[in-house]
Amino acid sequence: MLERKERVEELLESLWIITVEGQKDKSDFSLLKDDEAVKDLVKMGYVFIKENQLGLTETGKMEAQKCIRRHRLAERLMTDVFVEKRKLIHETSCKFEHLIHRDLEKNICTLLGHPKTCPHGKPIPPGSCCRGASKEYLKKIIMPLTELEIKKGGKVAYLQTGNRDILQKMIAMGVLPKTEILLLQKFPSYVIQVGKSQFAIDKEMASHIYVRQV
Amino acid sequence: MQFDKNHDGPIEHSLEIALETIEGLLHDKYSLSRRALGLLLLQEDQEIKDMVKESQPTIIDHIEKIISGVKAHYAYPIEYEIALRRRDEAERIINRVVKIKEKKQGVAEKISALMMHPLTGFPLLFLILYFGLYKFVGVFGAGTVVGYIEETIYDSYLNPLLVKIFSSFIPWRILQDLMVGEYGILTLGLRYAVALILPIVTFFFLVFSVIEDTGYLPRLAMLIDRTFKKIGLSGRAVIPMVLGFGCATMATLVTRTLPTKRERLIATMLLALAVPCSAQLGVILALLGGHPKAMVLWAGIIMMVFLFIGFLTAKLLPGERPSFYIEIPPLRLPHLGNILTKTYTRVKWYFWEILPLFLLASVLIWLGKLTRLFDFLIFLFTKPVTMIGLPEEAAQVFLFGFFRRDYGAAGLYDLHKDGLLTGDQLLVACVALTLFLPCVAQLLMNLKERGWKTGVGISLFTLVVAFAVAFMVNLVLNNLGISL
Repeated sequence: MLERKERVEELLESLWIITVEGQKDKSDFSLLKDDEAVKDLVKMGYVFIKENQLGLTETGKMEAQKCIRRHRLAERLMTDVFVEKRKLIHETSCKFEHLIHRDLEKNICTLLGHPKTCPHGKPIPPGSCCRGASKEYLKKIIMPLTELEIKKGGKVAYLQTGNRDILQKMIAMGVLPKTEILLLQKFPSYVIQVGKSQFAIDKEMASHIYVRQV
Repeated sequence: MQFDKNHDGPIEHSLEIALETIEGLLHDKYSLSRRALGLLLLQEDQEIKDMVKESQPTIIDHIEKIISGVKAHYAYPIEYEIALRRRDEAERIINRVVKIKEKKQGVAEKISALMMHPLTGFPLLFLILYFGLYKFVGVFGAGTVVGYIEETIYDSYLNPLLVKIFSSFIPWRILQDLMVGEYGILTLGLRYAVALILPIVTFFFLVFSVIEDTGYLPRLAMLIDRTFKKIGLSGRAVIPMVLGFGCATMATLVTRTLPTKRERLIATMLLALAVPCSAQLGVILALLGGHPKAMVLWAGIIMMVFLFIGFLTAKLLPGERPSFYIEIPPLRLPHLGNILTKTYTRVKWYFWEILPLFLLASVLIWLGKLTRLFDFLIFLFTKPVTMIGLPEEAAQVFLFGFFRRDYGAAGLYDLHKDGLLTGDQLLVACVALTLFLPCVAQLLMNLKERGWKTGVGISLFTLVVAFAVAFMVNLVLNNLGISL
């Protein structure tokens, strides 16, 4: 039964990537004609079939978004916390995501400092916890530099930006994943120590640097 | 299900494979190694791409195809992927050959931390400005030294001597006026340049070089970034701004270092409007020296105009907010030799740049007076000048102020010496003159750097703001019955 559920969720995720992120209406159905999971999805009202094409219904989209969120959070967890080998991330995450229920998802998201993208740079759909709705009682492991305490050190987990301009500045400063940085002050600008050098950066830049506290 | 593009495996080597393919395509007649070229091409360096296009036009399409192929494998830009690998390699080498001993925090680090801490940083900034700019440049440079050169050397010896020589050798009154008259080339142009501006600017550049060489400027940038963001600039703009206190013309040139057009425009405008150059500053400090209340008010008003106009422009001008990062170098004790060399080169550049303009200004004033054109322009200025509560004589100060902003300030100084101005009037005049049109040199620089439309626009804008603010200051002072 579990396998069936997994298959359903994987299908939803694929459809999400193709239709929502790929901005297409439907996806080719011919290969999956006899798949039981497709039939399940149609029965649940998540998916419609039209002219040999598959598409997500509105409720299907909501469900798919949740699956995608769990998948990408799982990937982040594997990379950032368990420092899983890159090659294994996908496989482990694929198994792990199906075990994440709602509260667990919230906790993982909080632990990781509410990441906005997966390790491959794809967006993680925000959950209710990301909007700061619930009170946080968990101690974060990964967080944006803006949330690190002064005089605390951290190891850069990842840079939360695809902006080339900002990335080039980060490269110039040597702020890259695995770099150790020490936060010296936050006001009026952020001052960080990277190796033997000190840099001042603004809040905007600091919020792109996600660190793992050490 | 999802196709993992960063999957470890052969794809991980796609960078290396692409690089080797590109290397194979390049011929070996470039001055750089093929690997270096390949790396730069992968990072989409436009200059290198153009160079290869020029030299091997047939392969560029192929290279572009390879690059876009590699790009599809990575979520981040390729230069980032390359930087990661380069860093790993550097670390591997360093770990094998370098041992780092932990050092205890020294005095320099402690002072540095104090300079950057908001609670101690701003008082320290104030102290640096007070002693460096006010006490040293203003009081000592513009007051004591200028006073000595002007009064003792020029007024007592040089000017009477020059007048005597020229009166006896040149019989024509008009030519006498040109050389040694009230606005003569020698008695006014050269005197202002040598006796007034030169010492003030020298003292300013001396202080600036010291501040620059200690490594204080990046710390100042980091302190001020948050405030500057509000006016559409980043902390980096602090360098042209501080330089503007020396020479706004030079500072306008330095706005080139700002990354976006928007920042350059805002900086140019603020430099034209609300940053007094050292020559002006010197004279204004001398003028207001006897009126401490007026001086505080003057500084407050100028600062408010600076922030308000900056804030308004940042709101009105479209464009992205600038992002800010700057390296904070260790604090160093400046080297006297370097300071002197720097100051000397800067002063030399500045002096030869302005001397012709001063002399030209003298000639233009002489011509303007001769043709009565100036009388007409002064007449035009009389109305606004009296409207802001100044005596009619001040009109010519504003006109001359255009030829050099500091020239105008110096003219005001003469009015003050003659006892023609009250405390209130002094304040209003100083405010108007600080905000007033940039000097000829700065106007030309604005036109050159920002294009003539923007340049003229900025100048007209400053003209309007200067009179509007002065008018309001006068109104407020009168209505509240304040006399300074």
